[in-house]
Amino acid sequence: MKKAEFLDILRKELAGLPKDDLQSRMSFYEEAIADRMDEGKSEEEAIADLGSIDEIVKQIAEDTSLVKLVKEKTRPRRRLRVLEIILLILGFPLWFPLLMVGLVLLLVGYLLIWVLVLVTYTVEVSLSVAGIGSIICFFGYLTNGEMNLMSLGSGLSAIGAAILFVFACIWATKGTLKLSKAIVLSIKRSFMKKERSK
Amino acid sequence: MLVLSAVKNEESYGYKIIKDLRPVLTLSESTLYTILKRLIDDKMVATRSVEFEGRLRKYYRITDKGRARLEDFKREWEELTNVYSFILKEEN
Repeated sequence: MKKAEFLDILRKELAGLPKDDLQSRMSFYEEAIADRMDEGKSEEEAIADLGSIDEIVKQIAEDTSLVKLVKEKTRPRRRLRVLEIILLILGFPLWFPLLMVGLVLLLVGYLLIWVLVLVTYTVEVSLSVAGIGSIICFFGYLTNGEMNLMSLGSGLSAIGAAILFVFACIWATKGTLKLSKAIVLSIKRSFMKKERSK
Repeated sequence: MLVLSAVKNEESYGYKIIKDLRPVLTLSESTLYTILKRLIDDKMVATRSVEFEGRLRKYYRITDKGRARLEDFKREWEELTNVYSFILKEEN
């Protein structure tokens, strides 16, 4: 990859950053490439040395707060015309509820994932309680004959399943946390990225 | 802290800091940028752009505040090593 191409892609990926932040980052990478070329590296080698653009953008997204990105995105690029302001005010009863509904839907979708995690924990708790209960039944001779033996059997299997389910719980929680992080990161990246020209 | 000590004796520039630190730590350009920005915001490091072979190169140098921070760090570390060797002695 050539320097111009690298910088061009990077600029597009980071276009949503505040202007001075973008400028200082761009000149930082520009300088990094130039310094490596002074050392005798070719343009391609110098750029390969910096790592993939994807990695760079990912790290910058992690470093930048979402609030900052949203603020930059919603800042009007030009002064709004009077007509536009009037339309915005008149349309408020229409666009505001729609926007809120959209946001709430997204939130519900996200909460749904956590509900699934909660279900795993519920199963875990009920298995443990059922297992311990059945075993207490067995030792307390609360049932008699074959029924007592069945209490022991079902109790032991429930406890076995509960132990296995602990791993399911851990896995589900870790997975959801990881997913949440990935979602935030991709939201940030979409905010940073240059909008396609209309 | 490591980056701060890399600009302790003389001013340096991005790539040189990375090269100087390479024996101790592999630092990516993006990581370095973040650290430097924080140091600059905290006024631990000052910058200056110098023309070099027809382009501008940004040099970083430590400020008095940065130097003080470095000294604090050294002192804290010494205390910690004292505690550490005390614990080791107790164990033996």
